[in-house]
Amino acid sequence: MIEIVSATRCIECDICVRACPANVFDRVRKKPPVIARQEDCQTCFLCEIYCPTDALYVAPNAEGPTGITEAEVAAAALFGSYTRALGWRRGKPGGSEHDPTFRIRVAPR
Amino acid sequence: MTKAQGMTTLRQLVHLQRRADLLDLVADVLVIGGGPAASWAALAASAEGARVAVVDKGYLGTSGATAPTNTGTWFVPPGDGRAAAIERRQQLNGGLAIARWVDRTLHLAWQRLHTLADWGYKFPHDDAGKPYLNNLRGPDYMAFMRRRVLRAGVAILDHHPALELVSESGVVCGATGIDRQRNRPWRVRAGAVVLASGGCAFGERMLGATGLTGDGYLMAAEAGAALSGMEFSAQYACAPRHTCMNKGMPFVWASFYREDGARLDTDNKDRYAVVAQALLEGPVWGRLDRGTPELSQWLRVGQPNCFLPYDRAGVDPFTQKFPVTLRCEGTVRGVGGIKLVSDDCATGVPGLYAAGDAASRERLTGAISGGGGPNSSWAIASGNWAGAAAARFAAREGANRAERKPVAMGGAGLRPAKAARAALRAADIVQTVRDEFLPLDHNFFRNEATLRQSLDRLERTWRDLRDHLAGAGTAAVKAREAAALTATSRWAFASALARAESRGMQRRIDLPAADPQFVCALEATGLDHIEVKRSALADTVDAVTA
Repeated sequence: MIEIVSATRCIECDICVRACPANVFDRVRKKPPVIARQEDCQTCFLCEIYCPTDALYVAPNAEGPTGITEAEVAAAALFGSYTRALGWRRGKPGGSEHDPTFRIRVAPR
Repeated sequence: MTKAQGMTTLRQLVHLQRRADLLDLVADVLVIGGGPAASWAALAASAEGARVAVVDKGYLGTSGATAPTNTGTWFVPPGDGRAAAIERRQQLNGGLAIARWVDRTLHLAWQRLHTLADWGYKFPHDDAGKPYLNNLRGPDYMAFMRRRVLRAGVAILDHHPALELVSESGVVCGATGIDRQRNRPWRVRAGAVVLASGGCAFGERMLGATGLTGDGYLMAAEAGAALSGMEFSAQYACAPRHTCMNKGMPFVWASFYREDGARLDTDNKDRYAVVAQALLEGPVWGRLDRGTPELSQWLRVGQPNCFLPYDRAGVDPFTQKFPVTLRCEGTVRGVGGIKLVSDDCATGVPGLYAAGDAASRERLTGAISGGGGPNSSWAIASGNWAGAAAARFAAREGANRAERKPVAMGGAGLRPAKAARAALRAADIVQTVRDEFLPLDHNFFRNEATLRQSLDRLERTWRDLRDHLAGAGTAAVKAREAAALTATSRWAFASALARAESRGMQRRIDLPAADPQFVCALEATGLDHIEVKRSALADTVDAVTA
């Protein structure tokens, strides 16, 4: 589930408020968005890649919050790790042309 | 897109009245949903000259089961190879698919995937330098579709869940709902409506399922449409335990182990049936230990979200075992949905069309999962058919739509039959559906006694919510989701009971053999009283395509 909106990384663009398909965030005037409905999070990680500044962290546990801290996420270099793996940059798509899935589909099973 | 562009689109292409208490729009075609089928339907309707509005519960670009995944397409060029591909698949699908429908789906998907390449979607290239159109990376595909839909001048209303359809003289002519971020009702009067609202995941925590609560099925049934193939809702996929990462591809190269380390024998067997049985007996562990190092690297690069659970937990899934579970994929990668009555995805209710996972995919995939390629190609083809047909219907029948006085069609969750009861909570109802529908020994392995027991409890839940559940404002969304989940689980289990045999993903442990008298479709109708009856597989050819 979504666990962290980093106040130090967030630029208050509110893109995550619009892009989250589960509507988990609420806008706050002149502040970073807040996680208002965490239990609705579907753990799709898409908010991370839409965030232009890698300010969001989704823990893979889809059943409940883990309580991981911003310092732990930063120390493990996990902010933006999915964005980098896909090849997206600053909230914009990129990298689909390098997808090697066509090799997987013909690999021996 | 920028906010300014979106507003211009709304003003120019839809007759907009902006009031503080109501967003009131008039369009030719209203599309309900925000995934690939909704996007293609909007583009197809727009290409026919219709003014189109799309309303989605979430955000067109991230909503639905496709956006968070990496999906194959069923991509078969025309020629002799296509007939052979259809025939191979017919051997597996339980004899319920219709070759003509498979062929026309493959044909249109093949054409539109080329269109996507022409538009500039960045497909990878194979070693021969040809674009590889057999795969779409979900986040990129749906971000690309959003831009195309906006460029076509379609008004996209994100976070505007539809709550109910409206009709006049038996013709569906729009919908109403709520802007859940502004807590403001909306109304769209339209010449025709396309339901592309996705399948039903029955409250399972699987990738992309948050909005997939069967809303479209409920709205269609309230309008008088039938459901078909609802018994084929027992598709499950493996995921690391506690996660929603039900993506099958890495598990093709997995071994599974019991707690004591004994390897499960899955060779030449229905692997997930073996895993399901073992999970009923105790914990099961997985390890991706059947591939080459080269393959491991392609999996990592090609399916990066599959590795988030491992990487973020510090596990190497290629060398270390990790606990796994099976996630129910409901009708999302199952089959059932709104019955289509003609080639153009009409539902039999005038003015109402269905596409994507909202529609039954029986004719394409029979009794087996359409997960991955088939459903992805179906979303493209059915979205195009439904969008174009809705535009033609609106042009033909939709005159004077701004003057219409439509009647609201929604019931359960919106207008309780008796006094509303505050203590009846939507979240508790969703939990009841989860408890009855998701367990492996209720749904993966089915038997008459358990189905009847679950149906009894779901019937009581339905009566209770129909009589007493109501939500005002944004709470109405949760109330309608609870109603739709309950209704859908009843159609599914009533159909599973009526299909007194095993076929494809319907595994009746009390009736393990296939019965030739069930080479037919099962059609479920009704809300308070569900009726399930056989309907012939006989192909329908549309007479009204002009």
